[in-house]
Amino acid sequence: MERNLMKGNEALAEAAIRAGCKCFFGYPITPQTELAAYMAKRMHKAGGVFLQAESEIAAINMVLGAASTGVRAMTSSSSPGISLKSEGVSYIAGSDLPAVIINVQRGGPGLGGIQPSQADYWQATKALGHGDFQLIVYAPASVQEMVDFVVKAFDRADKYRMPAMILADGLLGQMMEPVSFPEINPDAYDKSSWAANGHKNKREHHIINSLYLKPDELQNSIVERYKKYEIIKETETDAELYLTEDCDVLVCAFGATARVAKSAVNDARAQGIKAGLFRPKTLWPFPVKELNEAAKNAKKLLSVEMSMGQMVDDIKLAINCSKPVEFFGRTGGVIPTPVEVLGEIKRIGGTL
Amino acid sequence: MTTEILLAGFGGQGVLFAGKILAYCGLMDSKELSWLPSYGPEMRGGTANCSVCISDQPIGSPLVLTPDILIAMNQPSFDKFVSEVRPGGKVFYDSTLIEAEQTRTDISYFPIESSKLADDNELKGGSNIILLGKVIKETSLFSLETMKKGIEKVVPASKAHLIGNNFKAIEIGMNN
Repeated sequence: MERNLMKGNEALAEAAIRAGCKCFFGYPITPQTELAAYMAKRMHKAGGVFLQAESEIAAINMVLGAASTGVRAMTSSSSPGISLKSEGVSYIAGSDLPAVIINVQRGGPGLGGIQPSQADYWQATKALGHGDFQLIVYAPASVQEMVDFVVKAFDRADKYRMPAMILADGLLGQMMEPVSFPEINPDAYDKSSWAANGHKNKREHHIINSLYLKPDELQNSIVERYKKYEIIKETETDAELYLTEDCDVLVCAFGATARVAKSAVNDARAQGIKAGLFRPKTLWPFPVKELNEAAKNAKKLLSVEMSMGQMVDDIKLAINCSKPVEFFGRTGGVIPTPVEVLGEIKRIGGTL
Repeated sequence: MTTEILLAGFGGQGVLFAGKILAYCGLMDSKELSWLPSYGPEMRGGTANCSVCISDQPIGSPLVLTPDILIAMNQPSFDKFVSEVRPGGKVFYDSTLIEAEQTRTDISYFPIESSKLADDNELKGGSNIILLGKVIKETSLFSLETMKKGIEKVVPASKAHLIGNNFKAIEIGMNN
């Protein structure tokens, strides 16, 4: 397969177009702007619509509208912009609509900074809007995975009729790596039973709605959705296990941080320290059984993140607090170094 | 083996462009590679830098903190990064713009008057490429042939007439 050199942000956009995304609505924000710029250049040639909305809120509501008709639709932003979109994401989830949302994270809270961060983990996995709902959240760690996960996100969004998110960060968005594009055959999910795409008086009209004034009806719709979530938790988890079979210290990290952690694990192994890496590729659903497999022989776990430790609770819950879970992180746009992570592995390994 | 390269200078000197050429050279040679720019206010004037990793194995952290090769295009970049170069590493710098005290004995210094050479040869803005020429002469990173292929990949079609100038700049770097 031909290897191209692309920025993560551009690869996300190209993958979306190849996956059959026909509508992109966005608003510029560093460090994801190249994604929207690429869409502006390419989308109309691919027979789709690119529109720079007047705000992030407008963009997500345009996605809601487009998705209602059954077309593949997407928006992207970075942390503060995603917060603005949260109301629309909740409406999309409440309306059982497929859509893809990309967050190329930067430092927060507030306007924060523009350097890489992972401090939107809680937002993405627990509460990207009000109400009982989840998104499928993918965490790529390379430009190639950005491509692969966008394709998958569109597929799963259609399959389960729910929003899916790519949780990337400024480092992945800005870096260039070799990437190849697989032959993508946008799976044709039959949307004729629900899409509001014109009935020409030949069928009953379809209603896309998230308002239920009768508590029983709202409860039923949510319970139905949660049955779907149970299936997703069973079938859609994904993780990389690296040198975990005999490891004493299991480092847990996702996204760009996992690359730093992997370098540290390799350095630790070179010094005779039995370290391994668990890298969740899906953050929701969290890969519980994969983590338990990775941690089966570990004495301690170490979560490494570009945040103040937002993944730690999920790790503790996944292993039922059966082993100590320590944390090392950098935040606000500071990227941890392999040397620092190795230092933490040694600190923990030394007190086994 | 992984070679970690850090390129640094003022915004507008072609630091990211030169880094891109190295990245494409890696692609041409079927290597693993990463290219990571600094982004943000410094790109609008001020310092710009760019990390490039070339390897036979998948790249871990793409952020270069201890470069094997430092390419410095201005004084602040040289002063800031020369102490970070890995022992045994090589420093290439524009000696027209940088006054360097070669104080470290565990690294090699390769000064070249790249700005002056660019001006003398009517290669405006070619200082970055002249430095790359010096790099391929003094390291075994890439062949001249690979470098030429890399340049052809990076120079956009609308500026294809400048490819010859870039080749000339590489030659000047290799011969000075």
